[in-house]
Amino acid sequence: MSDVMDADKLRKKYLRDGMFPTIFCNGCGHGLGIDYTLRAIEELQLDMDKVVFASGIGCSSRIPGYINADGLHTAHGRALAFATGIKAANPELEIIVFTGDGDCAGIGGNHFIHAARRNIDMTVILLNNFIYGMTGGQLAPTAPMGSISTTSPYGNIEQAFNICELAKALGAAYVARWPVSYPYQPIKSIKEGMQNRGFSLIELMSPCPTAYGRRNKLSTIEDLWKWYESNSILIEEYEKVMRYGTEEEKEKVRGMLQIGVFQNVKKPGFFEEYEKLVQRMMKKDDEKFRGKTK
Amino acid sequence: MIYKRDPERIRKVLGNKIQFIQGDMAVTYGALLAGCSFFGGYPITPASEVAEGAARLFPRAGGTFIQMEDEIGSMGAVIGAAWGGAKAMTATSGPGFSLMMENYGYAVMTETPCVICNVQRTGPSTGQPTLGAQGDMMQVRWGSHGDMEAIALAPNTVQESLDMSIEAFNLSEKYRHPVCLMTDGEIGHLREKVVIPDEEDIRLVDRVPATIEKDKFIPFSASQTRDSKVPDFPTFGTGYRTYVTGLTHNKKGFPATDKQKDHEELITRIVTKISDHREKLTMVEETELEDAEVAFVVYGASARPAETALAMARENGMKVGMLRMKMVWPFPIKKINELSKKVRTIIVPEMNLGQIVHPVREFASKDCDIVSAPKVGGEMHFPQELYKYLEVEI
Repeated sequence: MSDVMDADKLRKKYLRDGMFPTIFCNGCGHGLGIDYTLRAIEELQLDMDKVVFASGIGCSSRIPGYINADGLHTAHGRALAFATGIKAANPELEIIVFTGDGDCAGIGGNHFIHAARRNIDMTVILLNNFIYGMTGGQLAPTAPMGSISTTSPYGNIEQAFNICELAKALGAAYVARWPVSYPYQPIKSIKEGMQNRGFSLIELMSPCPTAYGRRNKLSTIEDLWKWYESNSILIEEYEKVMRYGTEEEKEKVRGMLQIGVFQNVKKPGFFEEYEKLVQRMMKKDDEKFRGKTK
Repeated sequence: MIYKRDPERIRKVLGNKIQFIQGDMAVTYGALLAGCSFFGGYPITPASEVAEGAARLFPRAGGTFIQMEDEIGSMGAVIGAAWGGAKAMTATSGPGFSLMMENYGYAVMTETPCVICNVQRTGPSTGQPTLGAQGDMMQVRWGSHGDMEAIALAPNTVQESLDMSIEAFNLSEKYRHPVCLMTDGEIGHLREKVVIPDEEDIRLVDRVPATIEKDKFIPFSASQTRDSKVPDFPTFGTGYRTYVTGLTHNKKGFPATDKQKDHEELITRIVTKISDHREKLTMVEETELEDAEVAFVVYGASARPAETALAMARENGMKVGMLRMKMVWPFPIKKINELSKKVRTIIVPEMNLGQIVHPVREFASKDCDIVSAPKVGGEMHFPQELYKYLEVEI
């Protein structure tokens, strides 16, 4: 890893001064999401003129506004569809999508499924805070069972959406989940995601003390970070327990959120395949029309 | 690879200069000729052939075709592609058009040039998928929430589907606005002769790219380089680092959601950048209006039986004329008003229960009778049916 740039330098280099302060509440983890992404970009020395940020609607979707680069702040849930178009028009651009759990796993679920399935070359950073924060704390599809929100005032009875498992099943090239309380692993994963061809999902568990924590006896950032500690388990450890553990141990980890890298495979992205198709058809046409004047 | 329009390759891909093809296919042909290099669509009757044509032809010309997961995604991808620098389009019909409304509004708000072909059918809901209608003539104008202007063209032949497809792109590029090509199931599935225009006979308009110094560029105000309310276009990846949002934004493009003045200024500009040019944009075809006492006001497929009814009436010495709106929105206010002062009665045949008859009434002189001649159910008017309206009125 290159020298760690201090936050002030990072801010001056990559952010739009005029946009501060952000809309984020005290204790929100989204600022860390920006920080980790910028550090990954800095380490890869990306040309910011060629990086495009896309987002949908919600707290995390406001992030592109703070970054000094091209940004497309689209409609709720649709960022991945818009991003697909950007990449199609100019495959040389590096596409980074900021989205949230409601935006991506709720209203945008179908676009997520198909962007992952098509292996569209883009890096999706999903900030999962278990809640619809911007609208004031309604139930999100990723919220753990029992969660209290303004639309589940007596406790959530729905099963939580495990979006990393879905992405893995769809054959996304890169899938990882980390809580923002881990400082280095998210940077490494975002970097790997950007370097990987195809669809990369990095889910960051990001605390929302205001809209989620407050109603769920996790009102301070410490509470939420501790919750991540006691409710998550590294994928490797989880697998070890499942293989060698007792029934009791297995039962204990079953309900935990696995963290780590779920999938990291090398395969061509959609537009690489598309380019091959274009070349194949053009060659065929050139042979067909050779010698014919018209 | 970034697309570059190659006229010679496009001609090869299109084939013979004179062909016998469907209206839907003619739309695809027009798009390719216009320089369109991105098609994102979702299957829907009676518009699927536009997508099928694009799937078959676009890759061979170096363009991109993607079948998206739904119409919402199609419209999103089209807008994204436009910001990536492509001329982009989608095609759909009633239910899909309904799904596109949010992103249609997004394209208006963000001044994104793109084309939506709507091969209309009827509704509400699923309606009659395989049959033509003119179900969305008001939706195209008022379907998205908030205030906006619309640009909508309505071809009545297969040749015009091709020609207007090119024109739709030109208008979208010029005004940085989503332009709707409102064809219908009748014209879309009709096969007719088309003549592919020669390269020198095609007029192409491209969006004006941002060229001024990067730190002086203002992305969402009147142009800084021309006398136009349409801003120059900062294609993504060209270093302008533009923030594009569907939120009310200030001239720099940043959210100004609680600012009354910013909203008023923005919306007024994106509406008047089009409505200021209403007269210039007006595209009508006038037939035998010189001595007419009664006139048809028509658009799209319903112009065809009206034309026959008109010929029948003229043979019988009835003084009948016709005004065909080739562009329905912005509404040709002046033309309709002038016509209403000249004729006693205006008859508006439509393949719906009466949509465009409303603006005709709104802008016609109060002394002129406005008669709606609706027909629904997936059948075109028979000329005899329209002739009967003439018999009553004369």
